[in-house]
Amino acid sequence: MRTNGRGLFLATVERPALIQETARQPMKILVPVKRVVDYNVKVRVKSDGTGVETAGVKMSMNPFDEIAVEEAVRLKEKGAATEIIAVSLGVAACQETIRTALAMGADRGILVESDVDLQPLAVAKMLKAIAEKEQPGLIILGKQAIDDDMSATGQMLAALLGWSQGTFASKVTIEGDSMTVIREVDGGLETVVLNLPAIITTDLRLNEPRYASLPNIMKARKKPIDTMKPADLGVDPTPRLTVVKVEEPAKRQAGKKVGSVAELVEKLRNEAKVI
Amino acid sequence: MTALVLIDHEGGLIKQPSRSAIAAAAQLGEVHALVAGSGVQAAADAAAKLPGVSKVILADAPAYANNLAEPMSALILALAPGYSHLMAATTAIGKNIMPRVAALLDSQPISDIAGVVDADTFVRPIYAGNAMATVKSSDAKKVITVRAASFDPVASEGGSASIEAAPSVESPVVSKWISAELSKSERPELTAARVVVSGGRGMQNGENFKLLDPIADKLGAAVGASRAAVDAGFVPNDYQVGQTGKIVAPDLYVAVGISGAIQHLAGMKDSKVIVAINKDEEAPIFQVADYGLVADLFQALPELAAELERG
Repeated sequence: MRTNGRGLFLATVERPALIQETARQPMKILVPVKRVVDYNVKVRVKSDGTGVETAGVKMSMNPFDEIAVEEAVRLKEKGAATEIIAVSLGVAACQETIRTALAMGADRGILVESDVDLQPLAVAKMLKAIAEKEQPGLIILGKQAIDDDMSATGQMLAALLGWSQGTFASKVTIEGDSMTVIREVDGGLETVVLNLPAIITTDLRLNEPRYASLPNIMKARKKPIDTMKPADLGVDPTPRLTVVKVEEPAKRQAGKKVGSVAELVEKLRNEAKVI
Repeated sequence: MTALVLIDHEGGLIKQPSRSAIAAAAQLGEVHALVAGSGVQAAADAAAKLPGVSKVILADAPAYANNLAEPMSALILALAPGYSHLMAATTAIGKNIMPRVAALLDSQPISDIAGVVDADTFVRPIYAGNAMATVKSSDAKKVITVRAASFDPVASEGGSASIEAAPSVESPVVSKWISAELSKSERPELTAARVVVSGGRGMQNGENFKLLDPIADKLGAAVGASRAAVDAGFVPNDYQVGQTGKIVAPDLYVAVGISGAIQHLAGMKDSKVIVAINKDEEAPIFQVADYGLVADLFQALPELAAELERG
């Protein structure tokens, strides 16, 4: 869990739904959060080729999911949402990831506990079941998890729910029953309008996630977390992709140092022949 | 066994990543290309010339004008019964649409493949390319995005496929495209450029990125950036090379003022020749560079521009 040690307070002013200006009705936001190997850890492939070493490795919330939680909290602070539910799916320790979201400002958590390797299709199906029960107006997910790099769950959840999707979002504005989303695309930016309810996946520039303050970390310990199993949601989580093997990528050899710009250009011209 | 490849196109031209996706699909069997858009006959004609494509499916309707995921996935779903593999390049369009298609087919997508082992088995990078996973799918239909940098693109000319109109499909209307604000540049696109010159946090500000311009101009290069430079607001996000940005594999990659975080290396380490210019000789970028120059970039860049000019 990250803290900035400065005891930064969140401006979580509770307002009754009735006097909110921008919310069409009390709106819940669902934010799925994934527990992954920390961004700064250099992962090692296991010697038996079955995966990467995760024992004793620092785990954190997926960075794009932090951006998702932050965006939800900001929408609530603006009065556009009334409740934020953080959901994590995986081993029991995912509870820590939910606590991080609660410390950032989410109101309650749902843990779907499973020791199975949960792949995006199964995750999307379970999130669909949760969404049908909770009826959120908006679901905000990270655009990709930095472990499997699949970049799929948000789009799949949107498909299963029959909702619109705004992937790779860098700006989100809610206006009544719709939402304007600026998306990061290959050549620049694109603006789309989505009917609510909708799915958003977060890109880097959407916001800068806050650090949880110590008081909020303490408060988060008292917030409720519901625990359930995939079967409770009627989902068979069996993976559709079997990992045959996991290997180190081909290693690049460090080359040589050159002493000057002139030498560099000479090598590129005559040795590497790339210019 | 036939694969359907969703084509990225613009102005009647086929984008290079799609030509790489065709190359990957050709390893599986017969290849059909899907060209969707509004007024896109020219793109369909161009797709028909791609070697390896035996049929082009043309879906020409206003609903497809802006590649919105909802109508596009409905279209691909309607075409899916005829195919074993549904594929696209790992571009903003492919990444947005294909997982949506997969969910509708109850199939687990196989994202960003870097290798084809057989019809069910593929190699893909995980953990920012720090590991390569070989995965076998048990789904009846495989939905795949293709890492363009890992497959040599097919040529633009040489094929002569037939063009067939797609059936009319009812499009869900839950979203609306409003506008696009695309970076204007005379330079090649990052993912298609033969040479890429990228700047990092060491550039210090956005203004200093102009120091890369004369070098990029001289080399016909695209300009890229590390995530640190994007996060610092020096350049827009579409410049970003790395795990969460674009994956490139040019003949020459010049990294300027980039320390070489693993997330950046994930986006460029398959380049044929890597040059690093950094004043910190301990910077990890030197561990992957073929040619390293330990120098202050504010001195080295003008010198490099002058040296190339002398060429």
